[in-house]
Amino acid sequence: MGNVVAMILAGGQGTRLGVLTEKIAKPAVPFGGKYRLIDFTLSNCVNSGIYRVGVLTQYKPHVLAKHIGIGKPWDLDRKDGGVQILPPYIGRGDSDWYKGTANAVYQNLEYLEENDAEIVLILSGDHVYAMNYNDLIEYHLLKKADGTIACMEVPMEEASRFGIMITDLDGKIVDFQEKPERPKSNLASLGIYVFNYEFLKEVLVEDEHDPNSSHDFGKDVIPRIVNEKKGNLYAFRFEGYWRDVGTIRSYWESNLELVLPLPPFNLYDPNWRFFTHSEEMPPAYIAPEARVVMSLVSEGSEVYGFVSNSVIFQGVRIGKGSVIKNSIIMTKTEIGENCHIENAIIAENVRIGDGTRIGVGEDARSKLDPKVYTGLLTVVGMNSIIPGGVVIGKNCVIGVGITPEDFKSKEIPSGDFLIKQEE
Amino acid sequence: MRVLGLILAGGKSDKLWPLTKVRASAAVPVFGKYRAIDFTLSNMVNSGIKKVGIITQYNPRSLMDHLGSGKEWDLDRKSGGLFILQPYVGPNRETWYHGTADAIFQNMTILRRGEEDHVLIGSGDHIYKMIYKDMFSYHIRKGADVTLLVKELDETYNLSEYGIVQLDGDMRIVEIEEKPTNPKGNLAFLGVYFMNKNLLMELLYATVPHGKYDLLLDVVIPNLHNLKVYAYKFNGYWRNVKKGIHEYYRINMDILKKEVREGLFYKNGKVYTKLKDLPPPKLTSTAVVENSLIADGSIIAGTVRNSIIFRNVWIKVGAVVENSIIMENTVVEEGAVLKNVILDKNCVVREGQIVVDERGIPVFEKRAVV
Repeated sequence: MGNVVAMILAGGQGTRLGVLTEKIAKPAVPFGGKYRLIDFTLSNCVNSGIYRVGVLTQYKPHVLAKHIGIGKPWDLDRKDGGVQILPPYIGRGDSDWYKGTANAVYQNLEYLEENDAEIVLILSGDHVYAMNYNDLIEYHLLKKADGTIACMEVPMEEASRFGIMITDLDGKIVDFQEKPERPKSNLASLGIYVFNYEFLKEVLVEDEHDPNSSHDFGKDVIPRIVNEKKGNLYAFRFEGYWRDVGTIRSYWESNLELVLPLPPFNLYDPNWRFFTHSEEMPPAYIAPEARVVMSLVSEGSEVYGFVSNSVIFQGVRIGKGSVIKNSIIMTKTEIGENCHIENAIIAENVRIGDGTRIGVGEDARSKLDPKVYTGLLTVVGMNSIIPGGVVIGKNCVIGVGITPEDFKSKEIPSGDFLIKQEE
Repeated sequence: MRVLGLILAGGKSDKLWPLTKVRASAAVPVFGKYRAIDFTLSNMVNSGIKKVGIITQYNPRSLMDHLGSGKEWDLDRKSGGLFILQPYVGPNRETWYHGTADAIFQNMTILRRGEEDHVLIGSGDHIYKMIYKDMFSYHIRKGADVTLLVKELDETYNLSEYGIVQLDGDMRIVEIEEKPTNPKGNLAFLGVYFMNKNLLMELLYATVPHGKYDLLLDVVIPNLHNLKVYAYKFNGYWRNVKKGIHEYYRINMDILKKEVREGLFYKNGKVYTKLKDLPPPKLTSTAVVENSLIADGSIIAGTVRNSIIFRNVWIKVGAVVENSIIMENTVVEEGAVLKNVILDKNCVVREGQIVVDERGIPVFEKRAVV
């Protein structure tokens, strides 16, 4: 096998995650009690024996860059190879912000060159899955392909959300539709590509000089290769668990799937560990008066209340008599006594006063952005302080850094929101 | 002031058998994810000490594995860092360490080299949290030659197992009685020494070559009248795991008290330990967990009360665990009942097995199958 270099696209804004990505890039969004989304892709790389990894950042990269650091938790702090953060940069002339996924890789061809890349894996930093990339690369080599796209069969009614592949019997891609209204197949691209370096370089250079291109792999590069028969692309069928937690609803669902008796995604596989950079904390404490079922309760948490069907991150405090149901409570959030929280996503470092109720009443259409906040779930942004006794309905949004003074009334009806205007 | 840290971690401890069959007492697992030495080592790091020597002798494998390069304590450094000081064969000697003073004497090089001017000597067996900085300035203020850490012990300690200290009005130590049958007081020495490095070297040269090998009995006590030995009082939680299985059990159960958790986990800096990156603990729909500590990677489907559950433990449906300590990678199968037991790592308790002991605390050694 040739020298493999992985490029992780981690510049995504994740607009459909609303306040969760107001301050951080989508790959830095916390997941599963102690991880951040990019941990899964990074861990897949090292578990597959790939130790040359470039991470392409752009949107609000601070938390992400701090999280990755020199790659120690993933054993990517290496003399040879290792992880490198590749932010956009200014050169003599044409360099600029990354205009699209293809352009981002194009601007870093030099990095690939330096690392003597022969095979390039293009990955996304915001997917949740466990994949041995060696299987994908072996298939790619076996088929003598120029490029190979990992695909998964999805339900036909969801196919129009994806890039759809049409293959011949050998697995060669003969047609490609990006987010089609009438999909011709249900074989969806997972945004995981492997290319021979020389071929990739050629198509990226060509794409860069096309004034009509938006410089995106899915929208421009892949269709061009297929339509203009520039090279042989194959589809690799992946049959494991894979999720793009792109919306608030899918984010909430994939977190809560983890608490099922037989979760579709296994965090506990000793042969495929997920590594992360997490703060050192003591084991979780569950008090005599507490009751916790169907939940993950991470280290550093102290639970005195009732928790069911929820994911509790590190260092969370849940006071006496409080009830947490169907919710995600992120790192270092403190919940007072006798609160009731249902169907909610509470971000990091939030303080919730005693007797507060969240997620109560009838559902209502979001007054903020019904495309992002599609119903049921109430979201509280990081570092907010909610005073005691407040009642917040369903499908509400409490923004980032809200203080008790921002609450003009003790009640926020369903569908309403409270956010700070950007200065 | 630059301080060199030394941790005595070589002790063999029969009282902790069979937990010490496979490890030194400093490497005994505590509180779900730590080892005893983590506390003293973290205290030193949290007090700004950048060079720490660990003196090992008795079965150090698990201790060495735990410490690694010292990176979890930020001790993987270009200058300073972590030094493992084990007995060695040299051109003109082949000896084990005969005692604490001898162990330091045989590693004189670490004292001779380096720019540190003071030495803090602690033990790997002690569970307490402390920032030593106030003790350092107390030492200077008092113009002391040696400062020893002391604490007033209450009735939960067996005073005749400790060194009992008598003070004058200025906190100077006038007498130390090691393990007295009839203790004259309740002020005990906690095994932490602070002194000038050159003075320590001088004292060691004057004693060890004459066959006097114990730091307390042969070096400090005979010099109480020649040297200004002062006591510095510690008021927080302090216990010694080495005092036996009952003490070990009590220490672990103490962590279920809020004030002990606050003191040991959240005050005076963090406790660092070897990271394992396991997923968060999972409690299933059949889980009942009360007053317990649950570490990462564990899956609880049974009942757990007043217990310490270490990492990667699986308590299956219908199993009941009460007042027990269950260490890493242990599986308790369906319907098994455990009360008042300590299970070492990698044990398996078979379906329906019942181990209930109201009087003693049975200990099952590593890899036991019940």
